[in-house]
Amino acid sequence: MNALTLWFHRIGSPPTFHRIAGVLVPWCYAIGFVLGAIALYGGLVLAPADYQQGEAYRIIFVHVPCAWMGLFAYFFMAANAFIALVWRIKLSEVLAMASAPIGAAFTFITLVTGSLWGKPMWGTWWSWDARMTSELVLLFLYLGVIGLYHAIEDHRQAARAAGFLALVGIVNIPIVHFSVNWWNTLHQGQTVRLLGPSKIDSDMLWPLLLMALATHVWFFGSVLARTRIGLLELDGGKDWVRAIALAEGTRAPGATHG
Amino acid sequence: MKAGSTLGACAALVRRDLTLVWRRRGDAANPILFALIVVALFPLAIGPEPEQLRRIAAGVVFVAVLLAGLLALDTLFRGDHEDGSLEQLVLSPHPLSLMLACKIAVHWLTTSLPLILVAPLLGELMHVDATLRWLLPATLLLATPLLSLIGAVCVALTVGMHRSGMLLALLVLPLYVPVLIFGAGACNAAQAGLPFLAPLLWLGAALVLALVLAPLACAAALRISLS
Amino acid sequence: MAEFLDMGGYAAYVWPSYAVFVLVLALEALAPRFQRRRVLAELRARLKRREARTGSPTT
Repeated sequence: MNALTLWFHRIGSPPTFHRIAGVLVPWCYAIGFVLGAIALYGGLVLAPADYQQGEAYRIIFVHVPCAWMGLFAYFFMAANAFIALVWRIKLSEVLAMASAPIGAAFTFITLVTGSLWGKPMWGTWWSWDARMTSELVLLFLYLGVIGLYHAIEDHRQAARAAGFLALVGIVNIPIVHFSVNWWNTLHQGQTVRLLGPSKIDSDMLWPLLLMALATHVWFFGSVLARTRIGLLELDGGKDWVRAIALAEGTRAPGATHG
Repeated sequence: MKAGSTLGACAALVRRDLTLVWRRRGDAANPILFALIVVALFPLAIGPEPEQLRRIAAGVVFVAVLLAGLLALDTLFRGDHEDGSLEQLVLSPHPLSLMLACKIAVHWLTTSLPLILVAPLLGELMHVDATLRWLLPATLLLATPLLSLIGAVCVALTVGMHRSGMLLALLVLPLYVPVLIFGAGACNAAQAGLPFLAPLLWLGAALVLALVLAPLACAAALRISLS
Repeated sequence: MAEFLDMGGYAAYVWPSYAVFVLVLALEALAPRFQRRRVLAELRARLKRREARTGSPTT
């Protein structure tokens, strides 16, 4: 076994990963929070108003990063599900299932903020355009994965079944987007342009990109936090978990990150 | 013990499944009844004006057939799982995907084909145009095998679960969206006098792809569920 | 300040968006903490039951 594989196996062993993730989680949350706060300040205060949409365009600073994260979390989940199914790596199963609820949360925010943006701009809360419909289907896919995972008793089998569904779903997303696009031309729906063809001002761009970075960091913090729990559940009978359970039982009930 | 030929196994499986369906032939009418009732509810809900019904006819018939198929999906593996023959199938030396393809084909023949046969009647209830009288069943002929194949993969994932009905709907319906869009879209386009061949070709292409891939995916999913 | 809060007349759309964003992400970050506590409590309860059954400490 070469050094890289050895390193990978050592990181991937549940007790080690649990310990390293425990160190990383607070940092991820803290960095994500600070970056997000700066991005919010930049977006809400420093960025100028849009000449077409006025102040309403400021929804972009939460809407678009969340839309990106919804897709990113799905790809992350599917990639881990693929690794879990092909190489049977336990850690990947847990990582894939940890990212599902976070991705669903981001997709939910995207839908709500999109709807709040749509009302003043297009005069309607909801429009069946390709992007919004795909986003809705994406949310259903997430809920399906989560539902399937919780419906099966055995954690490992549940993760594999739900991961398989995630892989089937990833084939579905581009097909849905394409089909809804075609369907829209059939019905000659209103052409919805969020940003228009104009180039985006750099005062508007940096808060957007910074927020995207913040949500990525936040996402990884949350994935690691959830993965730690998943590992504890999976290895419930093992000694290292027992030691953690007993150690945290004797401590003050407020401390949860060890 | 010597295993028979794969072809022989497939033939035996098809014969067995058909016999099982024939013994409970009363159940075979259930999807038809369901689709009929769903379609009949629409005029009652939105009013009997033929013009209004004609506009939504293709969509309503498609959704009714899709839901009827969804209800019937549950029976694909349940009986076999309960009496243990599904595990025998997984353990058999023959390629599992091929055997599952046979099972899906029989299931489609016994649940979806009757629906296609009554589709003209359903269309008549909704006052469809003359073009749709033949186009609607033709589109369903392309779409329903696709629905059965996609559905089979999801059913394989929920096999062995009690009360999986709602969950199955949640898993299957997002995957049915493109089929519904192209199938109903082709009919609507024809009704509006627009070209409708492209969506039908897309459905055909998807069907060919699903015929090859879905049995393999179904076999993989079944192995996960039964592991 | 009032002008900032008014968001050019779009306050009813901009602020709820940000509220949803902050609220959902905060809940999403709090959920693992509670879940972790619950999982460990369940584990301790299981250990205690086993200890009571076998009559010997498990560690």
